[in-house]
Amino acid sequence: MTASALPAAIETIDLRKSFGAFVVTGGVDFRLEAGARHALIGPNGAGKTTFVNLVSGALSATSGRVLFAGDDITTLKQSERVKRGLVRTFQINQLFRRLTVLENVTLAIAERQGVAGNLIRPAGRHRAIIDEAYRLLEGLGLGADALRPVTDLAYGRQRMVEIAVALGLEPKVLLLDEPAAGVPTGDVGTIIETIEQLPPDIAVLLIEHDMDLVFRLARRITVLVEGRVLIEGTPQEIADDPKVRQVYLGERAHA
Amino acid sequence: MSTEPRASASSPLLEGFANRHRLRPLEMLPWAVIVACYVAFPDYLALGSQILATIIFALSLDLLLGYAGIVTLGHAAFFGTGAYVAGILAANGWGEPISGLFAAAVGAGAVGLLSGAIILRTTGLTLLMQTLVVAAMLGELANKAHRITGGGDGLQGMQVWPVFGVFRFDMFGRTAFLYSLAVLLVCWMIVRTVVYSSFGRSLTGIRENLNRMHAIGAPVERRKLIVYALSAALAGVAGGLLAQTTQFVGLGMLGLERSGSILIMLIIGGIGRLYGGFIGVPLYMIAQDRFSAIDPVYWYFWIGLFMVLVVLFARGGVLGVIARWRKREGAAP
Repeated sequence: MTASALPAAIETIDLRKSFGAFVVTGGVDFRLEAGARHALIGPNGAGKTTFVNLVSGALSATSGRVLFAGDDITTLKQSERVKRGLVRTFQINQLFRRLTVLENVTLAIAERQGVAGNLIRPAGRHRAIIDEAYRLLEGLGLGADALRPVTDLAYGRQRMVEIAVALGLEPKVLLLDEPAAGVPTGDVGTIIETIEQLPPDIAVLLIEHDMDLVFRLARRITVLVEGRVLIEGTPQEIADDPKVRQVYLGERAHA
Repeated sequence: MSTEPRASASSPLLEGFANRHRLRPLEMLPWAVIVACYVAFPDYLALGSQILATIIFALSLDLLLGYAGIVTLGHAAFFGTGAYVAGILAANGWGEPISGLFAAAVGAGAVGLLSGAIILRTTGLTLLMQTLVVAAMLGELANKAHRITGGGDGLQGMQVWPVFGVFRFDMFGRTAFLYSLAVLLVCWMIVRTVVYSSFGRSLTGIRENLNRMHAIGAPVERRKLIVYALSAALAGVAGGLLAQTTQFVGLGMLGLERSGSILIMLIIGGIGRLYGGFIGVPLYMIAQDRFSAIDPVYWYFWIGLFMVLVVLFARGGVLGVIARWRKREGAAP
């Protein structure tokens, strides 16, 4: 591990999770540097999504620690982590499906600004929130869909809403769990562009199966196998590594 | 306010979205109809008052089920608690009706807060069972404490004082009707305000996707508990109101049948649309009144048949059908 002067955006120390005797995450030491474009790859069942759940707080770790900008957040609830700027998206869309695209984003912004618990003031009076949400959607090319219910959108567009909701929270760290999963090939480009255009100060951890996406976006790659880090390095180092080729790229190379 | 040209260009488009909470002319219709009924059917004011109180009960359930998506088969627990609180006060020397309703709200709200803190940790079928259990426990408590509640015989000897010390509850039921109407108006304003508030919007988020609400940092458990207690308090007001206007409280007010029938009334009218109760409650209760007069033995069969037809042909209830119809009309030209 290279010692860095700045604390990592996210650091995990010997992070473990087991369900009964079944070890899903077996002692992961991991650093996501500030402003990183980092990919986490690995075969099915490697524990990638579990890792996201542990870092985001959806699951609590069996042991080990999670640090956010140097602070120990291991015991914080998911909502408290979100307030600090640790935000995730989901591999399978988790959207407010019958609400409009605009409302999906305004709900997130209202939570970020801490007004969502107000029982009296009409939501529509928070005009700044609505305008912010709309500008965000316009920036992602979703302006025309703002007032349509999510269910009316094609799946590729819904994946963009998935990212828009996360961006409404002004993340400092963004965990993208397979952002292109289920997206038709023609629409993957839009997702890549969106991720490329994210502000450089957001640290991005990309969990992905699609190797084109990974090698286009990531400047560092960690390979997870059976709940453990197999290797970490630059895309070139990963692509050249014989172990990686064997466990992960091997099948494809032979096919 | 942003001064960016882009934002101002988008503003007209967002106007409708930002102004959803504004009162629409059509929302005055129910009140006009209620007043018209008061004038047109002076012989049915007793039934009318019961309908108004039950609409409040439906409103409280809609807030919980229609907006927050919390299912319950035990909402009568709060209705009955409110009824017994108001009733016991009036039977023991405190018949002032408005403070009686406040007491009913506080009592039912407290039961909601306590039981909600325990049972809202669960969801789905488990939660449904828990709500049933809470209502059954309260029902048994009211049955056993017959010295206070009258048990199976019902609470006797309520003395409700005139409203504001002036308007006596008359034998024609005029005061009861207008009093119920005023209480309904206040409760409707409360529910409507909450529904359009940021809190209310976040409830729809909880209904639509619990996972995502957690992931955007919402304190979901607290929000659920708040809406549960609020809904319970409003149900308590409905029960207290019915107790005061009928001068009677029985165990049936806590019963499963009442929890079930209010659900049916709301389904007939339309869930999650605020006005479902205004349509479903009178439809159900007037049908019940007519069917039981025409066919005293099998009237429940006709209600059941009616329900089957609604579920088959009118998904989303009356308001759901109207909404679909308006959408089609709007899309056609």
